[in-house]
Amino acid sequence: MGLFNLNARPGRKTAWALSSMLFLLCIIGYGVTAHIRHQENPDDNVVPTFSEMWDGIQRTAFEPDRNDELRLWVDSLASAKRLGYSLALLSLAILLGLYMGVFPYLEHIFLRFVLFFDKIPALALLPILFIVFGLGEISKIALILLGVFPTIALDTYLRAKAIPREQIMKGLTLGASDFEITYRIVLPQIMPGVLDTIRLNFKAMILFLIAGESLAASVGLGYRIFVVRRYVAMDIIIPYVIWMSLLAFAADVLLRIWIKKRYRWVGGES
Amino acid sequence: MNEARPVILHLEDAHQAYPDQGRMRTVLNDIDLKVRKGEFVTLLGPSGCGKSTLLRLILGSERPTQGRVLLDGKEIQGPDRDRGIVYQKYSLFPHMTVLQNVIFGLEMENYSMASRWLKRHKFLRHRKASTDRAREILERMSLGKDLNKYPHQLSGGMKQRVAIAQAMIMEPKILLMDEPFGALDDSTRTDMQLFILELWERTQMTVFFVTHDLVEALFLGTRLLVLSQYYTTARDHNEGSKIVTDRGIPGDHPKPTSFKSSPEISQLIEQVRQQGLDPSIARHIHDFDLSHADAYRTVDPEEWGPTP
Ligand SMILES: Nc1ncnc2c1ncn2[C@@H]1O[C@H](COP(=O)(O)OP(=O)(O)OP(=O)(O)O)[C@@H](O)[C@H]1O
Ligand SMILES: [Mg+2]
Repeated sequence: MGLFNLNARPGRKTAWALSSMLFLLCIIGYGVTAHIRHQENPDDNVVPTFSEMWDGIQRTAFEPDRNDELRLWVDSLASAKRLGYSLALLSLAILLGLYMGVFPYLEHIFLRFVLFFDKIPALALLPILFIVFGLGEISKIALILLGVFPTIALDTYLRAKAIPREQIMKGLTLGASDFEITYRIVLPQIMPGVLDTIRLNFKAMILFLIAGESLAASVGLGYRIFVVRRYVAMDIIIPYVIWMSLLAFAADVLLRIWIKKRYRWVGGES
Repeated sequence: MNEARPVILHLEDAHQAYPDQGRMRTVLNDIDLKVRKGEFVTLLGPSGCGKSTLLRLILGSERPTQGRVLLDGKEIQGPDRDRGIVYQKYSLFPHMTVLQNVIFGLEMENYSMASRWLKRHKFLRHRKASTDRAREILERMSLGKDLNKYPHQLSGGMKQRVAIAQAMIMEPKILLMDEPFGALDDSTRTDMQLFILELWERTQMTVFFVTHDLVEALFLGTRLLVLSQYYTTARDHNEGSKIVTDRGIPGDHPKPTSFKSSPEISQLIEQVRQQGLDPSIARHIHDFDLSHADAYRTVDPEEWGPTP
């Protein structure tokens, strides 16, 4: 066995088998548990069998509900919209960070403030948001933004700061203006890193999304799992959780591939 | 050198000091210098003496704490397109291809970000012309096949050639270089030296070249400056480097490669070493070798002491 062999080089097939092993184990373990529990009590709803879950998926994804809607898709779309607006607004965080990193006056105006802001636990602000903005979409988007905006702004700021001074001097000797240096030299260089940070913050964004939806919403993936919890509808909750993870995973992979393709120059210092 | 050529760069009583442990520490102490158009000035000095600092003053990224730095008689306000720079590191923009790096300056020129869109047509024509010009220059530097490569795909020598092209295409009044070949291996370095000499001869530009390699300084330059913190004056305590040597470099310019292994050069090396590079042989301010025709200095009577 090469389990503790530093130099082990498993072949392609072995590598795949090894990677699938834990997934398979989980699925089998679950199936066995569900089977045993159903033998003891055919009405057990804590650990639904695969066929029960499949029914659940059928019902939410392909059969219209009372309101004549396909729930899973409606929920997904609502959640995706909230995330999409937040992502779009995060471009302001990039802009703020960039300007703080490039222009010393703006750095002095904003840096301390953003640093302080970053320390406020966003979830603690949720009641305030609900009071101020009501229970509508704004509160939920605001919560996501409060949670990750400062992080992204500060990360962009640090990256902009780390651009060697020499490059900026060189830009000036080539006749570039301050704005040209900001947008043609600094921003494109830090962009792949910033996108990576956003990618890593997906998880936090989804967390805030679900927190917001669980407390005040009438549609959305987070809202749904908290609603059906009342009926212990594990046959819905589990597929929803897996669906959310798959979506997040796919978004992550797509963004990673796109960054790699778009920023071919990444791969070395000049 | 042709004395009739105009003075292009002029430093007068330039001092530079940095805060260090709660006080100001002088790095450059009273630098006086006149450089004429077309000169190839090499600046030599022990590590940490302030060569890069002096270059930054000429570049304009820093202002002297005392004294003045003039280009064509006008005080330098900040880095601008009159002075090109080639660094040892960070010499290219990593997110641009070779071609994009080289035309960057021309693209910035004449067209603000707004007018690039408003006068789209004219801008595109201008860019076409810039591209052709950059292509031609890169072609001549035998980089014609690498136009669309990114810097991380180039060797060290190629990078520096692109960096030189990037600066040269702007036709700056002075080309500043801070140990540009310091990270290259010996043979690439020699190639690059020949390359820069050829370029200098063809374009008649003014070059200010920092190096810590004696042979390189003597081989390339028409004029040698040695900046050093090792010297003595009438004062007990001295701080900050001075120009301890300012002399012409004898022989033809540019020199044949054979010069590097000639007996002449070993003799010159020995001389220069004693004039400022060796901490154990600190020269007195009276004995600096300021034999270049344009060398001048203003002396502080306190440092000079009673005239014998
Ligand atoms: N911005 C700064 N703040 C404080 N001290 C500085 C600064 N820049 C340079 N110095 C100091 O000035 C001195 C000269 O530095 P400089 O980089 O000019 O030396 P150098 O001759 O170029 O050295 P090297 O041959 O190693 O490149 C050093 O002691 C350095 O610590
Ligand atoms: Mg230096």
